[in-house]
Amino acid sequence: MDSATSELPARMPLDDAAETGLKIVVVGGFGVGKTTLVRSVSEIRPLNTEEVMTQAGVGVDETDGLVTKTTTTVAFDFGRISLNERMVLYLFGAPGQERFWFLWDRLFSGTLGAVVLVDTRRMSDSWYAVDRLEHHRTPFVVAVNRFDDDASSFSLDEIRQALSLSDDVPLIDCDARVRSSGKRVLITLVDHLYELAMAREMTP
Amino acid sequence: MIRKPVDIGFPDRLYMVTGGRSRADDTTFDLVTLIVSESAPTAGLQSEHVRILELCRHPTAVVEVSAELRMPVTVVRILLADLHAMGRISARHPHGSRPAASLPDSVLLKEVLHGLRNL
Repeated sequence: MDSATSELPARMPLDDAAETGLKIVVVGGFGVGKTTLVRSVSEIRPLNTEEVMTQAGVGVDETDGLVTKTTTTVAFDFGRISLNERMVLYLFGAPGQERFWFLWDRLFSGTLGAVVLVDTRRMSDSWYAVDRLEHHRTPFVVAVNRFDDDASSFSLDEIRQALSLSDDVPLIDCDARVRSSGKRVLITLVDHLYELAMAREMTP
Repeated sequence: MIRKPVDIGFPDRLYMVTGGRSRADDTTFDLVTLIVSESAPTAGLQSEHVRILELCRHPTAVVEVSAELRMPVTVVRILLADLHAMGRISARHPHGSRPAASLPDSVLLKEVLHGLRNL
């Protein structure tokens, strides 16, 4: 098994010809294995950073000069895959919680698509992510992380029902720890995006 | 993974780093905009600017600069805007980074697929 435990370099410069950065976002609840998935396919050790956002309070009359502001900090991990000498794909592990979503446009606009990582023991965590992605019209696939030999639980059909996923959303099993499995998740997503793009381009 | 919080020290420091500014034009630097130094650091530059110029001798994404400097993306955008205004860095912008811009086309996606399959 090609596990993800081998040490990855922390710093590895990109090719000087690198010119196009692309993003894919992995969303899911706490502890579902987002970082594990990012790590298993990344060429660098996943890094983390954060975005601090100040928002003017909603519904406040600004003319009185008393604008309340709220500050939200969202931390996220990311990894990197050099696709060729010009193109580099960044994978972001993003939290699924509610407070994160108002930053989606700001942080992840222009993302190719998203992977919703699901833990069958906490399926409800994924509900919100699926709903928000549909709302943002971000194409996505759903990957069920079958770690801890989670063979006992639900079939993919049952999960599709539980999440009310439409038939055109790809749904697969994965083991986020395994590189080949993580790679298959990404390929499933990009395949799906490709199909969507082809359908769009065929339509006059 | 042991998560190290981004070390922003005390808030005053961030304030000083950016000269009191709290936001840059968001649309200038996407998370995956690749930054490349156009010149070596020179005397008189603020230390954060020096670090960015050293880091970006090879193309480096905005988000990587943020992680390396351990500063929030917002702050890094401001520092990058300074360097850009001084002509010290150039920015290679991502494909279709504008919100609601055209979705990625099949040609680009084919290239991505090819790259992933060759991993």
